[in-house]
Amino acid sequence: MAVARPALRSGAASRPPDGFRTVTTVVSLAAPVVLVAIVLVVGSGALPAIRHFGLGFFTSRAWDPVRDKFGALPMIYGTVVTSFLALVMALPVGIGVAIFLAQQGAPRIRAAIGTGVELLAAIPSVVYGIWGLYVLAPWLLIHVSRPLSTRLGSIPIFAGPALQTNLLIASIVLAVMVLPTLSAISRDVIRAVPSGMREASVALGATWWETTWKVVLPAARAGIFGATILALGRALGETIAVTMVIGNRHDIPTSLLLPAYTLASAIANEFSEATGTLYPSSLIFLGLVLMLVTLAVNVIALLLVRSISREARV
Amino acid sequence: MTRNWRRQLSNQVARLLVYLMAAIALVPLSMVLIYTVVSGLPALTHLEFFTNVERPVGIPGAGVAHAFVGTIVMVGLASLMSIPLGIISGIQLVEYGTGRVGDAVRLACDVMVGIPSIAIGLFIYALLVAPLHHFSGLSGAVALAVLMLPVVVRTTESAVALVPGALREAGLAVGLPRWRVALQLVLPAAVPGVVTGALLAVARAAGETAPLLFTAFGNRFMIFDPTKAMPALPLIVFHDALTPYPDLVRTAWGAALVLIILTLLVNVASRVALRRQISLAAKL
Repeated sequence: MAVARPALRSGAASRPPDGFRTVTTVVSLAAPVVLVAIVLVVGSGALPAIRHFGLGFFTSRAWDPVRDKFGALPMIYGTVVTSFLALVMALPVGIGVAIFLAQQGAPRIRAAIGTGVELLAAIPSVVYGIWGLYVLAPWLLIHVSRPLSTRLGSIPIFAGPALQTNLLIASIVLAVMVLPTLSAISRDVIRAVPSGMREASVALGATWWETTWKVVLPAARAGIFGATILALGRALGETIAVTMVIGNRHDIPTSLLLPAYTLASAIANEFSEATGTLYPSSLIFLGLVLMLVTLAVNVIALLLVRSISREARV
Repeated sequence: MTRNWRRQLSNQVARLLVYLMAAIALVPLSMVLIYTVVSGLPALTHLEFFTNVERPVGIPGAGVAHAFVGTIVMVGLASLMSIPLGIISGIQLVEYGTGRVGDAVRLACDVMVGIPSIAIGLFIYALLVAPLHHFSGLSGAVALAVLMLPVVVRTTESAVALVPGALREAGLAVGLPRWRVALQLVLPAAVPGVVTGALLAVARAAGETAPLLFTAFGNRFMIFDPTKAMPALPLIVFHDALTPYPDLVRTAWGAALVLIILTLLVNVASRVALRRQISLAAKL
């Protein structure tokens, strides 16, 4: 019995039509299509404001819906300050946790702390908001903000009168929220450091800390940097928790103890009551700026983290 | 000798600091959990909390039943949209995803996870709310689906990739077509991992507030029709917590506690599912 054998040619021309491949490929394009659509739709929504204000939008402090004058400077300031402070606070803790989780021994305690930090990421943003507003804010005002402003009030960043909702508490809440991102990725990067490097260092008589500080952390530096930038992306875009604790004032306070505003919280607060053309469009412009910045930040972070894991595989 | 002593001391100090940092990391988690339970329980002890809808301030017996319904309807619709799409995309990434399309899908998913959820709210507002001139539960569901999609895609991909290649080769060797190998052989072996991803995505969507603010908008009444504005648990927490009325703040804490319980349950369930996936992969 002669069975027809397909010719042994290589290349796509000889491949039988694979309907499954076509269907799944078309379906999988949903994610990139949606991504492009987000950028295009938000960009076109911002067009009226872009045309009207141009680059002056970024340097203007005005926010006057009645006269249709809008500027993004206070929100950019609040977003940058809170995210930066959050990273400064979260970095030592996050790297400490990562070192702790990446080391050998004490598997039970490590599992407990690892799970605990992961659960931090699972708690909804709005729960951090209500906790920050009703628990952390009053405590912080009495035990930190007021003493700071009365004793160190002459320093501009601690100038009073201290209020409950301010830049400081927004930064602290953000620090808690980016901690899981920071520690989970740093832990993976630290674990990816070849054990040969560790062993060589210990064999030369270095202590645990000398090995960690002078061998492991420098080897994981780029990855930890990537984790930090990823955490920065989270912090910049965080909306609800920050909206509930930052005080929402169009202002550029030098003091950390005064209320401010962020890009995301301005949108969350004002968009549903924005009327006319320029007002909502300006808010969408804020959203566009926020989105493009976080997109850039995320791509940089992804490239950094990916290059590390590729190096580790080699 | 003194130099050695100093090295040992700094080693011990550094070790202590690292332990301290690890302990500090647990403080916010326990504080959030303790205060939410303590402040949320008084609301939950009344059965009306689960059966009634909002009442005017000062009238007892207010509940959040409408928000439960809204959250379930919207997250359900979002799951119907995003989970099948995400699973098929994830399978595509493993089966055929070595080329340029696969790279584009992966990059798009990784980037989408990082997009601020408020921007997704703006996107859906411009796409579905503004042209139709009214807020709707459906637009909220689409916003949540956009949030869920990349999570489902990437977790499905990693779960399916965990399935040993021998299983796929065995299927192809007995002459099964590619789609039967992928859907009837490989996917069943990856079910626990896929379920984990779907559960995590559902939990994330159920807790999101920002994308619902100007899509679903919120509602004081019991609504089953997703073409109308819909309430949701996170929206209740956000709006009620910012009012000056103790009644409403108590309701907000109650809803926050429900959200936390929900998230913790889903996380525990996903951990169990993940463990089963790993043991299953080991058996194959």
